[in-house]
Amino acid sequence: MSVKTEASPGWRQRLTDFLEKYKVGAFFQKYTMTLALVVVTFVFWLWPGKEGLILLPSNLTSLIAENAYVFVLATGMLLCILTGGNIDLSVGSVVCFTAAVGCTMMASGANMWLTVLVMLGIGLAIGAFQGFWIAKVRVPAFIATLAGMYAFRGFSNVVLNGYRVDIANQGFLDLFGTGKTSFIPDFLRQGIPALDAQFTKDNAFLVGLIGANSVTKFNVTCMCIGTVATLVFIALKVHKILSQKKLGISQSIPKQIVTLVLISILAIWVSFQLSCYRGLPMVLLWIALVLGLYAYITNKTAIGRHLYAVGGNEKATALSGVKTRNVYWFAYANIGLLAGLAGILTAGRAKGIDPVYGEGYEMDAIAACFIGGASAYGGTGKVSGMIIGALLMGVINKGMIIVGVDANYQKVVKGIVLLVAVMFDVMSKRQKR
Amino acid sequence: MSKTLLEMKSITKTFPGVKALDNVNLKVEEGEIHALVGENGAGKSTLMNVLSGIYPYGTYTGDIIYDGKVCRFSNIKDSERLGIVIIHQELALVPEMSIGENMYLGNECGHRFSIDWNKTYSEADRYLKTVGLKESSKVLVKTIGTGKQQLVEIAKALAKKARLLILDEPTSSLNEEDSRALLDLMLSFKKQGMTMIIITHKLNEVSYVADKITVLRDGTTIETIDNHGKEPVSEERIIKGMVGREMTNRFPKREKTALGEVQMEITHWTVHHPLYPERKVVDDVSMYVRKGEVVGIYGLMGAGRTELAMSIFGQSYGTHFSGELKLNGKTVKMRRSESDAIRHKIAYVTEDRKGNGLVLSQSIRVNTSLANLKAISSHTVIDSDREYAVAKEYREKLRIKTPSVDQLVGNLSGGNQQKVLLAKWMFAEPQILLLDEPTRGIDVGAKYEIYCIINDLAAAGKSVVLISSELPEVLGMSDRIYIMNEGRFVDEMKAEEATQESIMAAILRSGKGA
Repeated sequence: MSVKTEASPGWRQRLTDFLEKYKVGAFFQKYTMTLALVVVTFVFWLWPGKEGLILLPSNLTSLIAENAYVFVLATGMLLCILTGGNIDLSVGSVVCFTAAVGCTMMASGANMWLTVLVMLGIGLAIGAFQGFWIAKVRVPAFIATLAGMYAFRGFSNVVLNGYRVDIANQGFLDLFGTGKTSFIPDFLRQGIPALDAQFTKDNAFLVGLIGANSVTKFNVTCMCIGTVATLVFIALKVHKILSQKKLGISQSIPKQIVTLVLISILAIWVSFQLSCYRGLPMVLLWIALVLGLYAYITNKTAIGRHLYAVGGNEKATALSGVKTRNVYWFAYANIGLLAGLAGILTAGRAKGIDPVYGEGYEMDAIAACFIGGASAYGGTGKVSGMIIGALLMGVINKGMIIVGVDANYQKVVKGIVLLVAVMFDVMSKRQKR
Repeated sequence: MSKTLLEMKSITKTFPGVKALDNVNLKVEEGEIHALVGENGAGKSTLMNVLSGIYPYGTYTGDIIYDGKVCRFSNIKDSERLGIVIIHQELALVPEMSIGENMYLGNECGHRFSIDWNKTYSEADRYLKTVGLKESSKVLVKTIGTGKQQLVEIAKALAKKARLLILDEPTSSLNEEDSRALLDLMLSFKKQGMTMIIITHKLNEVSYVADKITVLRDGTTIETIDNHGKEPVSEERIIKGMVGREMTNRFPKREKTALGEVQMEITHWTVHHPLYPERKVVDDVSMYVRKGEVVGIYGLMGAGRTELAMSIFGQSYGTHFSGELKLNGKTVKMRRSESDAIRHKIAYVTEDRKGNGLVLSQSIRVNTSLANLKAISSHTVIDSDREYAVAKEYREKLRIKTPSVDQLVGNLSGGNQQKVLLAKWMFAEPQILLLDEPTRGIDVGAKYEIYCIINDLAAAGKSVVLISSELPEVLGMSDRIYIMNEGRFVDEMKAEEATQESIMAAILRSGKGA
């Protein structure tokens, strides 16, 4: 190495110039976790003896199903963390409690929609209750939610009498579960053999790509929804780029177009993969709804702006006329609501509820946020980053199961990933100063 | 008395964007009390931080020669080992610990693995006696008053075997009696051969204790005055050194227009300290501002200026308010709410832009709109096009030097940060602006631009209250000047009639009267 450098003195200089010119360092800093996700996926994809397994349609589907609660809870957690690194330790117990109430209600024959409303309502009420102590009485968030963590675990046990309660309500399971029936049905193709034959004939390209057997199962509705969603996404992005250009905002347009193209390709590819299996899982719909809504709230609304401002400098925000106490209250009431939703999804996936369900969920949500670049001191962090963080953890989990790593070691790896991710974050910020 | 203990030679220290110290020289002889005076931001504290190793060797240029040797401190421990001990303005005591524990914090008696508590407390008691405290060293710090806590700090310094003791505004939070006791204690230490540097704003203290006085201004040494000449050094003489700078063209001319009617008036305004409710921070203050008028409030640090402004701005400081606030002739019932104040078209531009003013981790755009998000959003959804347009408009108007309004405020220079802070409050469309030290810590060019903005605001019929501890600024910018000392307004002058000397004289008069 040293010989080579000496032989070509201009080589180093040219490399540095190249790095400076294209801001490679800044690029790596900004997209560390995205690159890590790509690399990790690739490593599992190429794993000797298990090549390609990680990206099989069935595995993609179960990746989404298994991590639904992480996405939902981490969204709520992100809002709390934004206010100044505050976390909510109670969500795991709240998930279990809402699910316990919901399952018990359905077991005694309650209407599923009423049950869903009650579950969300309970979540919101618990969140608002804890938020009251945190925002108005100023009990430290850590302690208030630790209390909630114990209390609602206890209440779950009380409601369930210590036993598991199963869900028999098929409608509920179809909508919120992850079983065979919990997919958006293929409205556009009814599975009539004659029509299928015609479809195979018409789509010779598709047959060549995935084989005739898969084509007869191909979920056209899923593919259509995926395509439409991607087109909508492209339209929104293009509109944003154009309006930026009109306003003369100095953003690198080529970079945005590259990102846009990459995300679109990824979206189309995922829809295609899902279409090859059972179609669009219902949970993906709920996750997408939550993520989209909260990306909008954090980016576009006044309350979102207040979350960032309070975390960045609470005193300055208060002196700007923002009622900072209410911002805290909002964040905690909101995570309660989302814990209610996570309770619905958890019960749906498990087709019932056990008194120990939800344990450790809060930690998964917190880890996803921090791996996704949220600051432990608040004020910075994005929904998109959190998605990457949750996906990275999900892929590592799934990958380790596929390649057969001992379950005990999986937790060790999770811990290391969290530490390394936050270490990168802290170090890159220190360099700036 | 002739041996030089400490010499700091051509010390230069730059912070990003600001030269805090420029070729500063300081010479302290053994056994003397050396006073360091200067206005806020003159560089006194920075110089002492360089000396004590808080800014380690390598972050400044120049030499520190202590006891005949060149020193290169890399942290506080290094300087303390040689007996240089600094007592900071904010007391650094842990309230929940005993006096003895505090005195030996970080410097524990005994072995590495076991603290010798008997020795700790007996030694601590001995030092407490030398500073004249009768309390046992086992008493918790939170149970004794501020004056005694200051003495504990000194005892702590003694326990570190101090040879050169640096006191940064030791009397700023003490009353008259405690201050005098502290100064007398310093004189008695001097008799025992201790060398001391005192930083203070109170000039009567300087002439009382100091042997030599070094004046700093804008990061440079102006002069060192000997206090033992034939005649005692007058306070006016020191003030001249502190503020005497070129006055030509430092302030933009403003066309004098007829002033409008009274826009804001407060009468018998009294505010108490939030933690010590028995203490009046603002005491029976009455003032008014007309439309189009710039009213200056001059006072030294701790005079209660910031507290006055913040209490007017939605009672954001203090407790037990009394007095009356009138806006446009109508009495306003104010609650403790900043948003109420903004709704009443009052803006408070803080002196502490990093701590209380800006969200450093966010962009110029976000900071500009923060106090008036309603104006750029509909149904709480922010219209980012409008937000960009607003941020850019103010960038042009205030000449904020940045390529993009997406730049993080934390990356801007002090002057530009101050402009962003002003932009934020101008966008809130106030009628009354309370500007608290709007030019603190920024360079001369940026100051001039801020002055122009203030003049534009007044010309547009706004009422501006300019709080400043820089005399030339108050004199150069205001139509009328209130002089504040120890929570009270002690005088009111027309700008044409006021001079630096008459203002200082008013403060001295009130100080002596009390």
